[in-house]
Amino acid sequence: MADPQSRTTGKRLAVVGAGAVGGAVVDLASEYGHTITAFADSTSAAIDPNGIDTDAVLTRKDETGTVGESDSSVAVDATYDVLIEATPTTLGDAQPGFSHLRTALERDRDVVLANKGPVAERYADVQQVLHDSDGSLRFEATVGGAIPVLSTLEDISPAQVTAVRGVLNGTANFILSRMATEGINYEHVLAEAQDLGVAEADPAFDVEGTDAALKCVILANVLSTDNREYTLADATVDGITNIPGSALELAAEEGRTIRLVGEATPTGVHVGPRLIPQNTALAVTGTRNIVQLETTNAGQLNLSGRGAGGPETASAILADVSRL
Amino acid sequence: MRRRETRLFSYPVTHSTDTKFIVGGALAVTSPERRPPDNHDADTTKSEGKSENEHNQNDMTSDGDTIPAPLDDPASENEIEPDGGNNPQPHTVRLELTDEPGQLLAALQPIAENGGNLLSIFHERGNLTPRGRIPVEVDLECPPDRFDIIVDALRAEDVNVIQAGAERYAEEVIVMLIGDLVETDLSDTLERIEECGSVSVADVALSAPEGRDDVSSARLRLATRAGRTADAIAAVRDVVADKQLHIIEPLTEEAI
Repeated sequence: MADPQSRTTGKRLAVVGAGAVGGAVVDLASEYGHTITAFADSTSAAIDPNGIDTDAVLTRKDETGTVGESDSSVAVDATYDVLIEATPTTLGDAQPGFSHLRTALERDRDVVLANKGPVAERYADVQQVLHDSDGSLRFEATVGGAIPVLSTLEDISPAQVTAVRGVLNGTANFILSRMATEGINYEHVLAEAQDLGVAEADPAFDVEGTDAALKCVILANVLSTDNREYTLADATVDGITNIPGSALELAAEEGRTIRLVGEATPTGVHVGPRLIPQNTALAVTGTRNIVQLETTNAGQLNLSGRGAGGPETASAILADVSRL
Repeated sequence: MRRRETRLFSYPVTHSTDTKFIVGGALAVTSPERRPPDNHDADTTKSEGKSENEHNQNDMTSDGDTIPAPLDDPASENEIEPDGGNNPQPHTVRLELTDEPGQLLAALQPIAENGGNLLSIFHERGNLTPRGRIPVEVDLECPPDRFDIIVDALRAEDVNVIQAGAERYAEEVIVMLIGDLVETDLSDTLERIEECGSVSVADVALSAPEGRDDVSSARLRLATRAGRTADAIAAVRDVVADKQLHIIEPLTEEAI
């Protein structure tokens, strides 16, 4: 049972998307002093301008698969200060995430994204909607999960950052590091990762590099100093599905290993397996992520941490809410 | 005192890659340090050489090191200059000598006298060039503007210079190739990579644990010209794309 006192404190949040991230935001919001006034999954919504009973709603979601009696679409029109958009990332038109964002901004509400689609695929459209709104937009959770990448970029100033690269997909990194340490092939490690819940039943988004590329595209959009818009189509993307265990063994003989590295530089966005020395900052293991910033005056900065997970990503979202 | 290292060993004048294919296991291919084909004018002037006695009268210390004659440049008289100059760059000179006493010394003298710092000498006794002479490869370092002077001095002494150039392969980079490496003719792949001119394949390791039935991996150590690593990798990229292989490139050094 949520503390009734907390329902009237902080900001009023509407959370759209009831997966691991959306659920974690609902679960943790009171810890950060905020109130959940709307919570929607793909088919239903729980609405209460005074704050929903978060424990009851999350229990209902677990047991019945729905979060409330209202129609899902009413959540973005409900009473809230900040819309948390945590529906699954979609490519191309980035729907329904983009519509949710637009509706909230047109109502001059603030928006915090966990969904990468709008800022990876329609950054210019998002900027246009934002320009016409009194609301603000933040999207820390879209890159590097719990790692404060975008806020660090903001603090440093994008103009001072010459390049960003990193290991930005925990699933791919888990598979590559297990292949390297255990000497087993991709298919075996993938099956293990799926058993552990590290990889989705359909892992294509992660292992083919798309997820890492979307994050790099977002970074490129943030770093772009000439208003050039980047989308996934501007990225060169190569995944890890064709890497045999023998390649990692040969790399290890020379003190190197292979990681799926994404890069956002003035020359574009590139994601692909790269040969890097073992025991260096980029060679993170398991599901860990790392982002490396090359800066004009501060040299190289390495930000490492958990790049995915419900509570981890929710912490980035709630940090964004605090920054609004 | 000049640093002088003399290594004497033999390898074929015509470079060949010693390749052992072991299908079903790891395979290592190692080529000797490879030099590019001669792209400088070969000097076919016959070396007439000098007698050993002539050179023994020159400046030789008790341990055999050569003391260079002072340079003629008056400005250098009061300056202390390290061996090889203040901004030395490595260079390789390939000579051919007649098999007579004193020939090697005659060849080294103009290098030392003109400010070159000898790094190593490969005196390939036992091998003969097509003209029946002994190939000698000299690594030295000197300022860039002095290298041509050294080569001219060698030729002025009738030393036959068959190749002279700045050290071409000053940087090393490792890349991985993945795919049907055997089926797509690994030797041809390597040759085509080298044909780009800015890269030499210094070392290859191939792993094909499933034999020819599955994809294999190769680790290539590439020697590239200074500042040309990106070009070399681009060349490899083109070759492997043409053969539908995959390349795993290294990150640039500053990235790690």
